Amino acid sequence: MREISYSEAVKEAMTQVMREDNDVFIMGEDIGVYGGAFGVTSGMIDEFGPERVRITPISEAAISGCAVGSAMTGMRPILEIQFSDFVVIAMDNIVNQAAKMRYMFGGKAKVPMVVRLPAGSGAGFAAQHSQSLEAWMTHIPGLKVVQPSNAYDAKGLLKAAIKDDNPVLFYEHKMLYNLKGDVPEESYEIPLGVADIKREGKDITIIATGMMVNHAVEAAQQLEQEGIDVEVIDPRTLVPLDEKAILESVKKTGRVLVVYEAVKRGGFGTEIVSLIAESDAFDYLDAPILRLGGVEAPIPYNPKLEKAAIPQVSDIYQKCLELMNK
Amino acid sequence: MSNELLFQELGLDNQDLKKMLYDMILIRKFEETLKQLYQQGKIHGTMHLCIGQEATAVGACFPLNNEDKITSTHRGHGHSIAKGTDVKKMVAELFGKVTGHCKGKGGSMHIADMTVGNLGANGIVAAGLPLGVGAALTSKMKELGYVVLCFFGDGATNEGAFHESLNLASIWKLPVIFFCENNLYGMSGSITEMTNIESIAVRGSSYGIPSETINGNNILEVIKATQDAVERAKKGEGPTLIEAETYRWEGHSRSDARKYRTREEEKEWKKEKDPIEVFKEILISNNVINENEFIELNEKAQNQMKEAVEYAENSDDPSIDTLMTDIYA
Repeated sequence: MREISYSEAVKEAMTQVMREDNDVFIMGEDIGVYGGAFGVTSGMIDEFGPERVRITPISEAAISGCAVGSAMTGMRPILEIQFSDFVVIAMDNIVNQAAKMRYMFGGKAKVPMVVRLPAGSGAGFAAQHSQSLEAWMTHIPGLKVVQPSNAYDAKGLLKAAIKDDNPVLFYEHKMLYNLKGDVPEESYEIPLGVADIKREGKDITIIATGMMVNHAVEAAQQLEQEGIDVEVIDPRTLVPLDEKAILESVKKTGRVLVVYEAVKRGGFGTEIVSLIAESDAFDYLDAPILRLGGVEAPIPYNPKLEKAAIPQVSDIYQKCLELMNK
Repeated sequence: MSNELLFQELGLDNQDLKKMLYDMILIRKFEETLKQLYQQGKIHGTMHLCIGQEATAVGACFPLNNEDKITSTHRGHGHSIAKGTDVKKMVAELFGKVTGHCKGKGGSMHIADMTVGNLGANGIVAAGLPLGVGAALTSKMKELGYVVLCFFGDGATNEGAFHESLNLASIWKLPVIFFCENNLYGMSGSITEMTNIESIAVRGSSYGIPSETINGNNILEVIKATQDAVERAKKGEGPTLIEAETYRWEGHSRSDARKYRTREEEKEWKKEKDPIEVFKEILISNNVINENEFIELNEKAQNQMKEAVEYAENSDDPSIDTLMTDIYA
């Protein structure tokens, strides 16, 4: 199978769906000739033209509302928010409009739109361009939240997201854009709400999201040398959440570490911990559940500080050793 | 232009004129009835009445056809009625009944009816503008030929969404009509306190949008302005901003004692500028109706409201198991 980058996988998903369905279009800042801030849409305007690859003013409040209005009336917009941090300027349209239209109109509207959100730290962009705010979105009924950790998943999940009749927040990690992986050329979808076991194991379950999935797999490989067999579960979609896959793994291993890049306090990992604590899987635990998340500080600029702000492979490794000794 | 000249130019037949007068009366009866039911404790929640703003609702919707769309505000009952939304289902929605437009889940601020192009009232100030821009984008991209009219108040024009939406619609030449009902107050904030400009309409020119200020209590002026805007939009010439000066007779909502304005001001608008009286006089002086017919229209509207209230009162509450339905499609 050929290898392509996460960024190319995202583009390929959009391109394939846009070829099949004229109602799908993409809009956002600088997504035309420039190709978007991260080059994800580069070249798309050549194939689809400026009507369907629609560059917008720097105007998050209008373009997010415009996406909702066009989705309500028969289009399937994909909105690129240049950095996920800027979505806060669009929050009314996502939280009060897109998420609620269907419910508050008694089921008479649907809002099939995708918001693509480059997120996460690691590139030296500092506090206003590096956040992981996906947990905010999971708090809002009516929104679906997707967080792919590799190129294969990115393509399949994005296709499913575009075809979904609901607003989907699609979190892409900036540091993953160049990560290559095996991605089939043909069209495929990964249904929302299905977790993936990235690595099977029997001693510890690590439930990791986004970028942290890759760190967890790396840590698991190192832990193998210590004779510790780690299973890594990637929920892939936070809403809907594959609770069954998580709980089954917990029952199998009896030891759990939850890893996420977002600030530890109030992050989505906290929700996963609660899920386990409230379920019958709790009875299978041989040790307390541990969490690893980002520090409770804005993302700093200095590279050493930035690295220290979010979990690293070595942190995951240490936590697993700790967990085995409990 | 005089009313007589407007009358001729608009080419309205007697049937149109009577229908419009009836719709204005129906909106007023609707609001008065709802206010009464609210005071009697028969309806809960809140509502924002549009008594005094009947001419903007009916006049702006008159040039629109069934495919054309509107977005509305939290003060949206008049807009919904004018766009042809079923009044029985509106009352049922206010009662929270399952027969309501939103199956009892939306209430006053979220009444929508896609079948007549009513994309919904909105509880967030200025939120309807970007939604309307999006609906207009659909019209353009799919070549559907419809126009979108966004209602909003003067208060909304200080929101970022107003400015961003005007800019976006202008650069993309979208078939949108930005229709501002300037009723002088955003809740209690008066237009003179909240802006330092002579009119809302001047804001359109900053975005290259043709704009005008009209008397929103004269329905003929409203129709004329909207018709011109519809024509421009359908020719692909892009958006228009209309500022219609009007007045809400009641407070912002139930808890409003209206301390921020004088009773003299209210009296002036109610006595001299009542949009229904203004239109009635025009119609009588042009021999379209007589006093008796006016009384008949009032009785008819009153009866329609009575039936709607009975329908709502006799409807069921939604069952508890619908609490979790329609969250996702």
